[in-house]
Amino acid sequence: MKLTINKLSFNYASKQVLKDIELEVELGEMLSIVGPNGSGKSTLLKCMNRILKTQQNTVLVDGIDTSKINLKELSKLMGYVPQTATNTFPFTVFDVVLMGRKPYIHWSISQRDNEIVAEMLDYLGIGDLAMRCYNELSGGEQQKVIIARALAQQPELLLLDEPTSSLDIKHQLDILCMLRSLSQTKERSVIVTMHDLNLASRFSDRMLMLKKGCIYAVGTPQEVITQENIESVYGIKASVSNSIVGCPQVTPLITERTFHLNGFAASKLTAPQKIVEHEVK
Amino acid sequence: MNALEIKKLYDKSKTRRVLAIISLFIVILVAIVVSVSLGAASPRFTEAMQAIFSRIFPFLGIDPGPTLTQYIIIDVRLPRIVMAIIAGVGLAASGATMQGVLRNPLVSSYILGISAAAGFGAALAIVFGVGVLAVYGEYLVIVNAFVFSMLAMLLVYGIARLRGVSTETVILAGVAIGFLFSALLSLIQYIAPEHEALRAVVFWLMGGLSAASWESILIVTPIIAITLILMITQAWNINILSMGEEVATSLGVNPKRILAVTMVLETLATATIIAFTGVIGFVCLISPHIARMLIGSDHRFLIPCSALIGAILLLCSDTVARLILQPAELPVGVVTSMLGVPFFLYILVSKRRQSWR
Repeated sequence: MKLTINKLSFNYASKQVLKDIELEVELGEMLSIVGPNGSGKSTLLKCMNRILKTQQNTVLVDGIDTSKINLKELSKLMGYVPQTATNTFPFTVFDVVLMGRKPYIHWSISQRDNEIVAEMLDYLGIGDLAMRCYNELSGGEQQKVIIARALAQQPELLLLDEPTSSLDIKHQLDILCMLRSLSQTKERSVIVTMHDLNLASRFSDRMLMLKKGCIYAVGTPQEVITQENIESVYGIKASVSNSIVGCPQVTPLITERTFHLNGFAASKLTAPQKIVEHEVK
Repeated sequence: MNALEIKKLYDKSKTRRVLAIISLFIVILVAIVVSVSLGAASPRFTEAMQAIFSRIFPFLGIDPGPTLTQYIIIDVRLPRIVMAIIAGVGLAASGATMQGVLRNPLVSSYILGISAAAGFGAALAIVFGVGVLAVYGEYLVIVNAFVFSMLAMLLVYGIARLRGVSTETVILAGVAIGFLFSALLSLIQYIAPEHEALRAVVFWLMGGLSAASWESILIVTPIIAITLILMITQAWNINILSMGEEVATSLGVNPKRILAVTMVLETLATATIIAFTGVIGFVCLISPHIARMLIGSDHRFLIPCSALIGAILLLCSDTVARLILQPAELPVGVVTSMLGVPFFLYILVSKRRQSWR
């Protein structure tokens, strides 16, 4: 499946959030969307699978306009993993993942549906959580469960909204490695929004950098993660070096700032700065 | 644990839930038998069974017993029992559906201002004899209560639509409309000219099953049966809505449509019941919680299970209500709360895991 985005713009009420986005994503690609808070990352993701409605002919799947595909058919093509998902009521992990089979079932669940759910739980290594209550799991476990739910949907394109931002480093790696292998071996495309530039550069085939709702840069991590881009998009100085695994690595530099708080003496941030400046030359 | 074991584990939990529902069915049967053989004029158990079975299976030639016994069993106790079951089923299933769709454990099916509106409609008919349709006698109260309930739902939905139909606006609009109709109801009670009419309004508001008859059952049953089946067909959608509206959309479910559909079903069921029984509130709030603690939140099982618990709760309460102060009766609403609240608090405090958040 090939996703094409064509002159996509989007407004919330009167505020323009996305402007003239053009993008193509091939099957088997892992693309990460980065950018500052409020730059439109999540909005772009939600426009892709029509959680947010856009104009005609802006989002196409294999050349077909998605606004002409009904929601149920579209849900067989794209799976969506929100930033956080909590349940009001106690569902078991199995029940939650089974919800991913919804596009394929009407009322009764076939044995095949149950098998797929069990396979997904097994695949993500959370089989022993199957009968636990979803709400009682840790953040990392919950994230895996909702990814399993999206995978049970058997989509060709997986959209994830900051899947790693609330996880510890081990779970971050777990999930990103799994997504990477999905895009490589299972003939699926993966699109993730991320805040951590280093993780994004490490795991993506391509990156998309948004600034105020426009595409600022798109390309390989080497092309996108540059000192100039980061300064222009995030407004911070950073040093970009090659990490030992060969992908660009960002070390932010702290410009000297003085923090004033009424009633307290002004404090100056100095110590971490000096160490960094040493390395940069 | 491999995939096969995981699937077996799930199958086992499914079997457990089906068994729970079957046992609730058995409890209802037992409750019917007990309830039908207890009462002020007390035909014995065997006489009651004779009267019933001779009606159900006339070809078996069972001796139906004395005419008075037959009358008490067939025309007094049974209609009441059947009405209690149907009302319990309808109210509790609506409660489970609404709590699920609005994702709020405090919601009862009256959240849309239905009970207050029904009370207002009934009071209008009782005190002033004013109705929305040209019907007379006892049906004026019934039709009025029903029409005003539906009106409240339409108002709530209309208001919520102005703000893009979110669960919060539906609940807030429902509470507001409820207050409005309560105020109007109080106004009627305040200016009611005669003491008798006022008493009748208060009696109606307490709700009760003593007026149950086979005719009313004939009207209520098909409506409840159809709405119940339609609610159960929404079970999957309600499950998915509990993951949030965005996820629901990404799974091909339209949240606004589900909300509109379930609101209509729920109001239809609840309004039909309260029109005939008056306001019996607590069942629809508490039954879904008991059901959830028993079998979890999968609405495919939860809605039927909640319906059965509602039936049991209302039937037992009504039986107690008509027995405890013989020959006088307590209002069933009072008994439902008196029995239900301690039971509910007990499971709330003692249950092992949190069943909502």
